[in-house]
Amino acid sequence: MSESVFSGSNSGFARWRKFKDKAAAVGITAGGSSVLGAILLIFFYLLYEIMPLFQSAELQQQQQHEQIGSSAATLHLAVEEQAEVGFRLAADGSYVFFRLESGEQLLNGELPLPAGTTISSFSIDSETNRIFTVGLDDGRLLIAKHHYKISYPNDKRLITPVMEYPYGTGPIRLSRHALQRIAVRDTDEALVAVAYTATNKLEGRRWVKEEDFLSEEITLVEEELNLPDLDIKPERLLLGPDQRWLYALAQKGQYRLINVGDEEIVDAGVLFDNASLADARFLLGGVSLLISTSKGVTSQWFNVNTEGVTHLHKIRSFSNDNAAIMTVSPEHRRKGFVTVNQAGQLDLYHSTAQRHLASEELGQVVTRMAISPRANALLMEAEDGKLLVWSVENEHPEISWSVLWEKVWYESYPEPDYTWQSSASNNDFEPKYSFAPLAFGTLKAAFYAMIIAAPLAICGAIYTAYFMAPAMRRKVKPLIELMEALPTVILGFLAGLWLAPFVEKHLPAVFSIFLFLPVSVLAFAWCWNFLPMKWRKHIPDGWHPLLLAPVIVGTVALCVWLSAPVELWLFEGDMRSWLTADLGISFDQRNSLVVGIAMGFAVIPTIFSIAEDAIFSVPKHLSYGSLALGATPWQTLVGVVMPTASPGIFSALMIGMGRAVGETMIVLMATGNTPVMDMNIFEGMRTLAANIAVEIGETEVDSSHYRVLFLAAFVLFLFTFVVNTAAEIIRQRLRNRYGNL
Amino acid sequence: MPVNNQQRHSFLEWCRRGEPMIWINAAAVSISAIAVVGLLVLLAVRGFGHFWPADVMQAQYALPGDKPTRLIGESVQTESVPVEQLRSAGFTLDTNETFIDRQLIKQGNRDVNGLDFTWVLSRNLSEVTYPEDLMVVERREWGNFYGYLRSVKEGDLVVADESQSPAELWAAYEQRLERAESLFEQIENIEKKQIGAINYKIEKLRLRERGLALDDSIPADRRAREAAQIAAERAELDREYSAYQSRLTELYTNIHRDSITAEVMSGQIVELRLSKIVHAYKPNAMSLMDKAGFYLFKFAEFLSDEPREANTEGGIFPAIFGTVIMVIIMSIIVTPFGVVAAVYLREYAKQGLMTRIIRIAVNNLAGVPSIVYGVFGLGFFIYFLGSEIDQVFFPEALPAPTFGTPGLLWASLTLALLTLPVVIVATEEGLSRIPKALREGSLALGATKAETLWRVVLPMASPAMMTGLILAVARAAGEVAPLMLVGVVKLAPTLPVNGNFPYFHLDQKFMHLGFHIYDVGFQSPNVEAARPLVYATALLLVVIIALLNLSAVALRNRLREKYKALEL
Repeated sequence: MSESVFSGSNSGFARWRKFKDKAAAVGITAGGSSVLGAILLIFFYLLYEIMPLFQSAELQQQQQHEQIGSSAATLHLAVEEQAEVGFRLAADGSYVFFRLESGEQLLNGELPLPAGTTISSFSIDSETNRIFTVGLDDGRLLIAKHHYKISYPNDKRLITPVMEYPYGTGPIRLSRHALQRIAVRDTDEALVAVAYTATNKLEGRRWVKEEDFLSEEITLVEEELNLPDLDIKPERLLLGPDQRWLYALAQKGQYRLINVGDEEIVDAGVLFDNASLADARFLLGGVSLLISTSKGVTSQWFNVNTEGVTHLHKIRSFSNDNAAIMTVSPEHRRKGFVTVNQAGQLDLYHSTAQRHLASEELGQVVTRMAISPRANALLMEAEDGKLLVWSVENEHPEISWSVLWEKVWYESYPEPDYTWQSSASNNDFEPKYSFAPLAFGTLKAAFYAMIIAAPLAICGAIYTAYFMAPAMRRKVKPLIELMEALPTVILGFLAGLWLAPFVEKHLPAVFSIFLFLPVSVLAFAWCWNFLPMKWRKHIPDGWHPLLLAPVIVGTVALCVWLSAPVELWLFEGDMRSWLTADLGISFDQRNSLVVGIAMGFAVIPTIFSIAEDAIFSVPKHLSYGSLALGATPWQTLVGVVMPTASPGIFSALMIGMGRAVGETMIVLMATGNTPVMDMNIFEGMRTLAANIAVEIGETEVDSSHYRVLFLAAFVLFLFTFVVNTAAEIIRQRLRNRYGNL
Repeated sequence: MPVNNQQRHSFLEWCRRGEPMIWINAAAVSISAIAVVGLLVLLAVRGFGHFWPADVMQAQYALPGDKPTRLIGESVQTESVPVEQLRSAGFTLDTNETFIDRQLIKQGNRDVNGLDFTWVLSRNLSEVTYPEDLMVVERREWGNFYGYLRSVKEGDLVVADESQSPAELWAAYEQRLERAESLFEQIENIEKKQIGAINYKIEKLRLRERGLALDDSIPADRRAREAAQIAAERAELDREYSAYQSRLTELYTNIHRDSITAEVMSGQIVELRLSKIVHAYKPNAMSLMDKAGFYLFKFAEFLSDEPREANTEGGIFPAIFGTVIMVIIMSIIVTPFGVVAAVYLREYAKQGLMTRIIRIAVNNLAGVPSIVYGVFGLGFFIYFLGSEIDQVFFPEALPAPTFGTPGLLWASLTLALLTLPVVIVATEEGLSRIPKALREGSLALGATKAETLWRVVLPMASPAMMTGLILAVARAAGEVAPLMLVGVVKLAPTLPVNGNFPYFHLDQKFMHLGFHIYDVGFQSPNVEAARPLVYATALLLVVIIALLNLSAVALRNRLREKYKALEL
């Protein structure tokens, strides 16, 4: 069209106009497409934030050094926080600190072992506190700690390793006999050491720390532990951090669980058949045991208390290859661990997520291994004494499909469960990222909201579009539109601070309103039918709602007024305690009923206006035809109008549902936000949206928790995307159909 | 659709004709409408009631068997409770009634009594009077004070006491309060404005110094010159600062001079410093006109004052201001984009697959939960764009973020994205109502498409754009969930527009009416005391949003009428 305007004219002004026209077209097209760009940007940005959650770990060899320090067998390897300095303790009592990068030795030393004694056993307290113990063949033990001092001379970080002896350089006596296996735990209250001695007995002592409140000096008070005799020869002794549970594990898989406090064996059994024990370590926190076998299986076990009886329970197992495991090493800050096997293969796992994050061929057989505190470096010792340094990139091992959506058996839980608990005060906490309770809460809130909103909105839309007098319709529609504009923060505030206490106080009224409102409306309608004609004609058809308003207000008022007497009469004056005590239904003040009503209120206008549009725009000749053939208005509505408009009503319901699912403020303010999975109408819930609002302010940027919250947002986005796209497609179809009619 | 129910019917016939269903449908409309109206009425009653100076009662309160004690306070709420329930809560009651009235009394004096509110049984109250001398004091801390004025003191010197008439005593107090108020204003002015400005300048100097250290390209002589200049300016600022400090010390000694003593309900005499008093009044002595005047005064204070006591008292001016500024910036961003998108959909795009996809995108933008916008804004705008901006333009402030932290600009951008579909839909509707003949007339006269758009179509569609913008503003004013993540705080130290260069601070955090409601109603330590204020704030927000919506609807209707006339 515009071409013809310019043809024949070549003046500068025309060219300028033509240019402007073209520029406008290009600009406007770009601007229009930017809407599409915006939605794609949101989609891809959310995706970009959550992708790292599902990436595997990356491992890379960095260095390889010849043997550093003594040629005796290695007892222990460790890496310091910054992954700059490594530590090696040898069986002859010598130790060495060295640079991981260059292999340069920083500090060489010897443990102050008494003359004539040799190390007969070794135990570490935990990876995090760096305390380790060597048991001697004369029945004494020595406790030491490898420690790193950090200073910043010339603005450069300098790490100075030192060996410390928290209980002095003189060994402590535990027994008269050689300590074949030991387990030691040190806490602020006490030091506990247990050993299996050359006489095949368990011997243990506890040193309680008593603080002089004047001098603040700590004195150790020694107590002997009368531990039961063991009928197995333990290959490993492990003592939990609460100094209560002692695990004795034999070569062939038999185990004894000893309660150190009660000094008795509480559980005995077998960990595995037809294999031998390769390694056993505590997972972070000291609750779970990692048991590796010569068959290449590593399994996680912890104590489960069923009906007052504690027993060791196998939770899950991990295996990749049949080759025997050489050693297993737990991460310091997460519930992950690393195994290496006889075939020289290294595997990276996460226990809670049950994820196998990486597998790498090392090319040599590794006998000892240490993982750095930040889990970004591995130090390994090969059979020939060579030291290997590998870097690890493993940012988000905690998340997997099974963690998010399936039941997971968390530490100290009696059984597998869906749980959302993203943070706690202690460091060895096992994060519980199950979306199941949140998704359940979201759907529960939406369900109760829809139960309230759908009938009211659709019935209201039917009446407004089909029966209502036009003059009244012009008043009602803006009123409902105003309802849509009400900020949800106000609805939430009223729901939480006004409706919730009101419902709690007038519980019988709430139920009687649901019951008696329809009854009283119908009773009034039936009576209206009998009123003399000259009264009835004052209110023409199509003004029914006006007539009903006093009836409804009256019924509600009556129900509220009678609430207290009814409560007194039927429920001994307190329906709430009747519910809890007699029916066993727990009751929260801010519950699903309140959310249902408040969110129903928020969703009604959305459903109403779309459904009303769909019904109102059904071509009039269809209903006229039906009426002309003798159908009553109601028959016309049910038989002709509703089938035509039903896709529109369906899409209205879907959009309403989408709104209810994503609503944040009402749920945040009108529920207690506890992530429980219970359909009980008198209990609250936590929804995905409210959970984001509550937690995202407290997370560290780019942490797993942060990305999980992005994932929650992505789930919400996808859900509403599907619902809205479907609804919009249905509406577009419907519009075409009306066009054809 | 007319319903023929001119004759009476038998019940079966009545049901067969679908009458019950029609009535039920009608009831649904009624319920929805009543719910909206009821909600507005509830908010209006509670919200407007907040400012009314209620009478303060004095009564003798005695539990059975105990000595009566004096109770002073405002009766906030009366309700009847089952006797059974009270008995199970540990009360001993000798009554045959099943219900008994109890009252919630606001007794104030939190510093003396420990609790602001107390429940009492109405039957235990006797000798209820409303003495004219009872005084209510609004304080800067510890909430309201109720009691009798006993003396006015200047330092340790009693200048007026009960030997004078109550009116004289009151006059002596009022005269001294005026002085304290003017001193307080001076202190506020120095602390907030002057010292605030100096601190801001010192911070700017620090950043300039740091910027100088970071930039290697500056030659040594210029570097030395600038360093000297900075040092000189800093010395000047330090001098100004210490001048203000000494002035402040003087003002503080002055303001702490006067105090009053008052008798509380236990008979104890309490001393109140005038510096801690906002104002005091005697509600029982007020006539209706006085009360109305006081009401207006309180309402004005509510709109124009800063919040006090962790937002539970005082005004909400910063929240109103923050909301308005955020909405204005958002409008500036969203209008062009929304209008261009609507024009594209209506005027330029071929109706086909592409427009269908874009319409789906628009609908999806409208349907995406607002919290998702918040998460997107936080991640993309703040941590992604904001950090980049900080790296490039504000390296001297790092590691403290400038734009890499929630703030006004990001909140406005996020809400602009959120309200984009509102503007698009409204503008498109307006465009679709412009008769085709007008466009064709313009084209036939030789105008290009762009000229037709600019000179004919857009001017005619401007009311529709206004409608869209108003609806967007209404939506943005009420939205809270995304704002919690991208820039709103419970208490901002300064307004985003203030006297410090460059006067307009897009990177600042701000306060917002909707968030204020959430915060005060749910996060405040004393919810009971804060509740009336929350109702008042909610009412204000609803009134603003209702007015915006009604004006949008009115504008839209006028537009429709206009085009109907054109089409004929």
